[in-house]
Amino acid sequence: MDMFGDPAQWLPLVFAALMGLSILIYVCLDGYDLGVGVLFPFADDAEKDRMIASIGPFWDANETWLVLAIGILLVAFPAAHGMILTALYLPVAIMLVGLILRGVAFEFRAKAPAHRKPMWNMAFYAGSLMSSLSQGFMLGVYIMGLEITLFTLVFATITAVFLTVAYSFIGATWIILKTDGELQKKAVSWARGGIWGVVLGLGAVSLASPFVSPRIFDKWFSVPEIFLLAPLPIMAAGLVLALWVTLRHLPDSQDRLSWLPFTLTTVLFTLGFFGMAYSFYPYVVPEQLTLYESASAPESLFIILVGTVFVLPMIAGYTVLSYVIFRGKATELRYD
Amino acid sequence: MDTLLLSRIQFGANISFHILFPTITIALGWVLFYFKLRYGRSGEESWIKAYRFWVKVFALSFALGVVSGITMSFQFGTNWPGFMETVGNIAGPLLAYEVMTAFFLEAVFLGIMLFGFSRVPSWLHTTATFLVAFGTTMSAFWILVLSSWMHTPIGFEMREGVAHATDWFAIIFNPSMPYRLAHMLLASGLTVAFLLAGIGAYRWLRNDKADDVRVSLVTGLGLGALLIPVQILMGDFHGLNTLEHQPAKVAAMEGNWETRGNVPLLLFAVPDEAARENNFEISIPNGASLILTHKADGVVPGLNDFVAEDGTILHPPVAPVFYSFRVMVGTGMAMLFLSWAAVAMMAYKRRGPEGLPKPMLWAMVPMAFSGWVATLAGWYTTEIGRQPWLVTGVMTTEQAVADVPAPMVASTLFVYLTVYAALLIAYIGVLFYIARNAGAGSDHVGPERPGMAPVPAE
Repeated sequence: MDMFGDPAQWLPLVFAALMGLSILIYVCLDGYDLGVGVLFPFADDAEKDRMIASIGPFWDANETWLVLAIGILLVAFPAAHGMILTALYLPVAIMLVGLILRGVAFEFRAKAPAHRKPMWNMAFYAGSLMSSLSQGFMLGVYIMGLEITLFTLVFATITAVFLTVAYSFIGATWIILKTDGELQKKAVSWARGGIWGVVLGLGAVSLASPFVSPRIFDKWFSVPEIFLLAPLPIMAAGLVLALWVTLRHLPDSQDRLSWLPFTLTTVLFTLGFFGMAYSFYPYVVPEQLTLYESASAPESLFIILVGTVFVLPMIAGYTVLSYVIFRGKATELRYD
Repeated sequence: MDTLLLSRIQFGANISFHILFPTITIALGWVLFYFKLRYGRSGEESWIKAYRFWVKVFALSFALGVVSGITMSFQFGTNWPGFMETVGNIAGPLLAYEVMTAFFLEAVFLGIMLFGFSRVPSWLHTTATFLVAFGTTMSAFWILVLSSWMHTPIGFEMREGVAHATDWFAIIFNPSMPYRLAHMLLASGLTVAFLLAGIGAYRWLRNDKADDVRVSLVTGLGLGALLIPVQILMGDFHGLNTLEHQPAKVAAMEGNWETRGNVPLLLFAVPDEAARENNFEISIPNGASLILTHKADGVVPGLNDFVAEDGTILHPPVAPVFYSFRVMVGTGMAMLFLSWAAVAMMAYKRRGPEGLPKPMLWAMVPMAFSGWVATLAGWYTTEIGRQPWLVTGVMTTEQAVADVPAPMVASTLFVYLTVYAALLIAYIGVLFYIARNAGAGSDHVGPERPGMAPVPAE
């Protein structure tokens, strides 16, 4: 191992990158299917079935990225894992109950007696909303360094609402991609409304973070960082503009460009994610614990890394395979 | 109640709820693969109809297993942070390999297995079914490696209170792993066998004598009759392995207080931990000595050996281990009797389910869940039997618990229990609902919408 330098230095960084990648993939993928759940009340019964059909083959694998992210936190940074999860005890519990409700609702709403279907639809919506809100709340508390004060609670409540809006926005762009006709039209109008929420949310969190954390302020607003970072907000503004123009144009009679809003949103989320990752580095618990302080033993991390190098490309491969198989517009889900 | 007790109840409730569903999906995945292969070879409709019915049960069970499993993975951090801080270097890689080699595999190919039948070539659908079954089994493998290591830890050294791996081969193939894994996989096979037979019998009794019902019923009874003797033998091996490595657990299972020879096998008793003796014993003389040492006067360890000088009790609570062990064995005996009687009767009359008397079919319906009862009882035997250790000789359960206020644990416990109870009722209800409607029903997940274009087969 010596030929690669000191593993106690680079292994934690590699695992922080892997965890970040899992979180990013999770937010983009489970983001859209949670968002579809949050949009549920705005659709009629036939549209609900079609919305479910658009995420049915994917949601389970999407959620697995959360398990992987939390798994890496647990494996690579055990001290941070305990600290973060005990501090977030209640929102984690709410998220879990939400994930349980929506996860089982997929199956129950299709298999239970017809008169129970509205109840399971409700469970799907409530579960998606609970999961989105609590994830946003956790993000807010985390940005604030896991401290619970009146101010941080207010901040966390705001991030909870904004993350939910962001999820429903990417959910709407997913429906634009996967459906046509009336439902697609509806989804375009949902996305047109939601884009302002996304702009507001991105702006609020970006502005608030440096002003509540002097460390982040210094990381952003000193020379030369400010010039190196400048492309980030400029690109984000360009993406939002492109989204706005595209959404005004859609739906297209030939169904051109229906893939574009989802793609642009994914890139936008990715930019926001890199901004955050840059701000927090090298902390895994902001202001309290760096990733080097909390990392597991190098030999254990190395064992996992060896497996990851082989397994991750395979996961990527069959995930792509499944998106290729279920490409095109979502129709009804059938077992035959 | 304090945080420790509440956290233990909460973890116990979560794992009890969770284990029900992997127990079904592990073996049901292989049964579905078998159905698909039989269909591929014979082209007979009955096999694919059976596949389509049971794949719904699989999907439902899988969803419940996934969501309760995610809960479990978070609870390591929320309720038991000490566990990962002490043995994270060993538990971590094992859990990471479970996620990477099993979870993604099952989750991705499940989509293809459930909804891809008319979208992908038949061989790819069969492959997807195989990979899902393989994934669930891999998942069981890794989690049982970890669980076994916690019972019989080896291949590590302690540095400043933290376990460091020294020999991964020893950690993975720790002394109790092969027995525990085989015992659990067989338990899953038996659970599914009796579920197939029980639901099949229920449909048969409702006069739904379609070919796929016959196939399910016969497959279930055959599988049960085949696996139960193997399981009894494996249980015996596992017991001997436990005697070697965790004698206090075996002492509690046998309800034996004094280390001695000629120990009787207690069929029933009421252990009294305060008085350190049993009441109302019904026993077979020398039975326990014979089973555990294969000698009538063989010495069996007693619980009194596990009390420290100062009176600290270092053996598990006796009553729950003692009773749950008997529930497990009793359920296994009922499985043996029922499956062998049914198979013998069908063979003797040279007929299928028509050869079975009605009372026997009626007995099969409640036995649909006998696998659950036996699995839970066995799980309690082994896990409560490990107390007060979380990792034998390394850390106690008390050392791992989070410093979370008791009311917070109590409130989330209440919510989890409510949700789990509701879901369990819904699960069993829907299982029988789809069984009742299988004969007449369609295979659609959504309502019929004739206006939509069919998906072209590729």
